[in-house]
Amino acid sequence: MSEIPTELKYASSHEWARLEEDGTVTVGISDHAQQALGDVVYVEHPEIGQTVSAGSEAGVVESVKAASDIYAPVSGTITEVNETLEDAPETVNQDPYGDGWFFRIEPDDPSELEDLLDAAAYADVCEADEH
Amino acid sequence: MSRQTALHALHVEAGARMVDFAGWDMPLNYGSQIEEHQAVRTSAGMFDVSHMTVIDLPDGSARDFLRRLVANDVDKLAGPGRALYGVLLNEQGGVVDDLIVYRRTDGYRVVVNAGTRDKVLAWFADHNDEKTTIEERDLAMIAVQGPEAIERFESVSGLPVAGLDSFSALESADIMVARTGYTGEDGVEAILPGEAAVALWRKLGTAGVMPAGLAARDTLRLEAGLNLYGQDMDDETSPLVSNLAWTLDFSDRDFIGRAAVEAEKAAGVSARLTGLVLKGKGVLRHGQTVITQTGVGVITSGVFSPTLGIGIALARIPAGAKGSAEVEIRGRRLPVDIVRPPFVRNGRRVYKDPA
Repeated sequence: MSEIPTELKYASSHEWARLEEDGTVTVGISDHAQQALGDVVYVEHPEIGQTVSAGSEAGVVESVKAASDIYAPVSGTITEVNETLEDAPETVNQDPYGDGWFFRIEPDDPSELEDLLDAAAYADVCEADEH
Repeated sequence: MSRQTALHALHVEAGARMVDFAGWDMPLNYGSQIEEHQAVRTSAGMFDVSHMTVIDLPDGSARDFLRRLVANDVDKLAGPGRALYGVLLNEQGGVVDDLIVYRRTDGYRVVVNAGTRDKVLAWFADHNDEKTTIEERDLAMIAVQGPEAIERFESVSGLPVAGLDSFSALESADIMVARTGYTGEDGVEAILPGEAAVALWRKLGTAGVMPAGLAARDTLRLEAGLNLYGQDMDDETSPLVSNLAWTLDFSDRDFIGRAAVEAEKAAGVSARLTGLVLKGKGVLRHGQTVITQTGVGVITSGVFSPTLGIGIALARIPAGAKGSAEVEIRGRRLPVDIVRPPFVRNGRRVYKDPA
């Protein structure tokens, strides 16, 4: 079973989002997603300063098995990317909700976070995935 | 409903992630495919390969039959216990399947792929001018691979496999053990009844041999530069464009497909299957386009190499292309080196950078 922290918001495409105190939104992929991908070996980040809209592609994560797009859960501007993943992509597997984060977005409209799934709704998505 | 091997319950018990492969419910991994891969490169791992198709040809007429159907010459097998790798060709010179042929005291045994089972059995039946007996066997198969594979297998089985040469086999009661594999490491493949396979698998596990799934098998075989049927070669591609010219034997006999490959050779072979190494970070994948200085090619198999930490691939590219090339990944062109496979043998990098 995968871990789904209740304090985070989720996209049905398996990204998680967390509103930080400075107003940015940190984005990563869920425990369920990293388990399904298997060993992550490469992460392609978006450019810092790049504008993204909710649901648009904002990077790629590749496991030994497959390549998978990462989608921006909210619209805004990329302010930071997790450079440690370049040399240690396995961090995504080891700590998907912590050190394995992907990038931060300065959101255009923080209320967009409300459109995302809560932990219970996301758990239903994961369950549906397994059948 | 997928077919299950004799070891199926053991995979489920071990928590394997099971997937359908050629109609069989097989273990993809038991947790981490990279750990399984490294176990094979550094100590020993075991694979359930019971989905492979084992066919016995016990009659004296099997020799003539195989000399006509296999493009390598089974007459190279000096006696019982010797084995060789080869391909079956169609009349157009395309590859029907690849296989290993073992010479036995009575006739031959061949092992072909799982996904080609029906096709090969039909091919054999349709081309059986000799009316030789063709018997599919319901046997399990376990591959034990890695630098410690021989020692561990001997200690568990009591069979003297350390004395076997590469591509040699011994038979004892109802078990056949051959010094062959699909990983680029030393090791054996054991063909045996299902119940005995369950006991052997358990003992090997107790002896510290790590179960490894299909995912690790794929990264290991690609590092070893070994083709996968259906991906790196198929009914439409000849052995000459699949890095398999070495398996063709044109000695004094005719074989199915001989005329076609000779004609292709005479006309000039337009492409070749070779290795690619990605120079930056990323992963090469099946189907990506390769742009060389003399034309365009395609990646037939691509993975991230756990041993080397880089993207590697087999690709079919124009015959004259060499040095460096580019691969198109998500709209960007990334530089690759064209290298001669294998990439890894016995745990170490063996390919050379292009001159």
